[in-house]
Amino acid sequence: MAYNCVVLVKQVPDTKRVTGKAMNDDGTVNRAALPAIFNPEDLNALEMALDIKDRFGGMVTVITMGLPAAVVTLKDALYRGADEAILVTDARCAASDTLATSYILSCAVKRIKYDVVLCGRQAIDGDTAQVGPQLAEKLGIPQITYVEKPVEIEGRTITAQRNIGNGWQKVKAQLPVLLTVTGEANVPRVAAAKKMMKYKTAITPAGVEQKIKAENSHASADEIKELAVQKCSEMDKKGLLIEQWNLDFLKADLTWCGRSGSPTKVHRIQSVVLAAKETKSIEPTDEGLAGMIHELLDDKIIA
Amino acid sequence: MIDVNRQGEVWVFAEQHGGLLEDTPIELMSKGRHLADILGVQLGAVLLGDNVKALARKLIQYGADKVYLAEHPLLEHYQTNSYTRIIFDLIQKYKPQIVIYGATAVGRDLGPRIASVTKAGLTADCTDLQIGDHKTTDGQMHKNLLFQIRPAFGGNIIATIINYDRWPQMATVREGVMAMPTPNTDRKGQVITEKVQLSPQEMPIEILEEHTRAKKVDLKAARIIVAGGAGVGSKDNFRLIWDLANCLGGAPAATRAAIDLGFIDHDHQVGQTGTTVRPSLYVAVGISGAIQHQAGMNQSQKIVAINNDPQAPIFDVAHYKIVGDLNEVVPKMIKTIKEKGFKEAIGEGK
Repeated sequence: MAYNCVVLVKQVPDTKRVTGKAMNDDGTVNRAALPAIFNPEDLNALEMALDIKDRFGGMVTVITMGLPAAVVTLKDALYRGADEAILVTDARCAASDTLATSYILSCAVKRIKYDVVLCGRQAIDGDTAQVGPQLAEKLGIPQITYVEKPVEIEGRTITAQRNIGNGWQKVKAQLPVLLTVTGEANVPRVAAAKKMMKYKTAITPAGVEQKIKAENSHASADEIKELAVQKCSEMDKKGLLIEQWNLDFLKADLTWCGRSGSPTKVHRIQSVVLAAKETKSIEPTDEGLAGMIHELLDDKIIA
Repeated sequence: MIDVNRQGEVWVFAEQHGGLLEDTPIELMSKGRHLADILGVQLGAVLLGDNVKALARKLIQYGADKVYLAEHPLLEHYQTNSYTRIIFDLIQKYKPQIVIYGATAVGRDLGPRIASVTKAGLTADCTDLQIGDHKTTDGQMHKNLLFQIRPAFGGNIIATIINYDRWPQMATVREGVMAMPTPNTDRKGQVITEKVQLSPQEMPIEILEEHTRAKKVDLKAARIIVAGGAGVGSKDNFRLIWDLANCLGGAPAATRAAIDLGFIDHDHQVGQTGTTVRPSLYVAVGISGAIQHQAGMNQSQKIVAINNDPQAPIFDVAHYKIVGDLNEVVPKMIKTIKEKGFKEAIGEGK
């Protein structure tokens, strides 16, 4: 029995390498200033889907919501073994919080036949771990969060081991389910050279248009459009056109997208200011240390 | 969707396992009490389980005015769908203005599901909650909102999040960032027992097995903590941390880097992805002081930092700065403390 998996992935700024002007004045993240990477735990979610495909067969579809530049992440997923990749991109998605994001993603996932939906436990830019459970609720399916081992599937029954903080739990559910996957669950496979060769030139319609604009700087808007349609159909025939969906295509209710669909707003962003308190320098000598220990005793910090 | 309701109560989800309250909801009771007092509303605790009525009394002692009690055999073990449905029903019925959850494995599984079904906002992993006013860009003033304060972006920024148009205002709060309240056995409160109807269809998950273990160390309860970082160098050398902790009567701890290097077990981790601690004394040995580590320890009453790099960021939060080789400084400290103890013991003997 084959199982179809949908994996939600996110391109994230590498928060371990924050440099330059990371924040915009309005408190949003200046993504342009940071190196973008495949969210680490989404790679574990992808690996879990690929493992299901290896064992039982089925399709692995990868979806990301983001700027057209997030195509890099989709291509990376194709290199590692995903069958299909879909870019959800629309200027009206901007400023979506986790609730609006999960709504938009649910509109996309509902268009695909799936047995298992997989997400990384959390993304390293927000660390919220909220989109997975919210998406499961919007899809009306059960969620199994913090899956920390490869899953077992028999017929329509899935068994998974989840991390519950101070231990683990083994649970059973009927498909379809949504899983959120932790970094401990597996070791993500690397890109396969053959697939890299195959998908190297894969491109989204947005990418095609951008390329044609750059190559034909004197062409009119209509000419560019025509050239883009031609090029897209050409790439599509070769199986190298990455699907691109916008909110109109998804028939999404715009009140639940972007800023209007996001109940949480940013009141203020502060850079982390280190507590400026009085620091006393102590010489690393017997006398210096004894003096400090005396002070700590006098202050009743140590007994 | 729940409308803005200024008379709404402040609620705390009282997470329990096997008839015992978790630490985090108890920590949240003191914060919840504080918020409710500022707003002039009552503090409610939401308690779900099977035969857990005895805990309602405790919650009142910790500061609740009301305990909403939902008991049912199917609620004995936490499950996403059943707990979501019951709490959603309660929220619709009583319209609280604030609902807070511990950012535990359960709270982080449950909170988003409730937020999705109520179409309300939820801020994850807050380190502080306050009440304040917000002016929107079009000049509208929203008074007495819940300021949901959390580190974001890998700890590089602190964000204050609000939600003013769709309520309840909800947040999960990190374990250990709020102080434990002391129970007041004289406090009076009301227990509101809710009728629960649940069908097995609302339980799509079957729990086959569960294994929990007690943490090897309770860092939150330690008065003194001696923590080592990657700078300690090796697992063998980490013995220095244990020795200093032992002679101070404290607990040994470590940074994520030291744990990743295998110097000590994960239970000992202090920081954003470990335990948040607020001891009387925190001794940081060979710790450079990454923001993620500081987030877990900068509330300590006194901080002593030992590092051979005078520019190490840990010194920015330290009260006592010792620049030197930890392999020399730590043994000297141990010797001094032992001598000190010895002299005092003689002094007492006289």
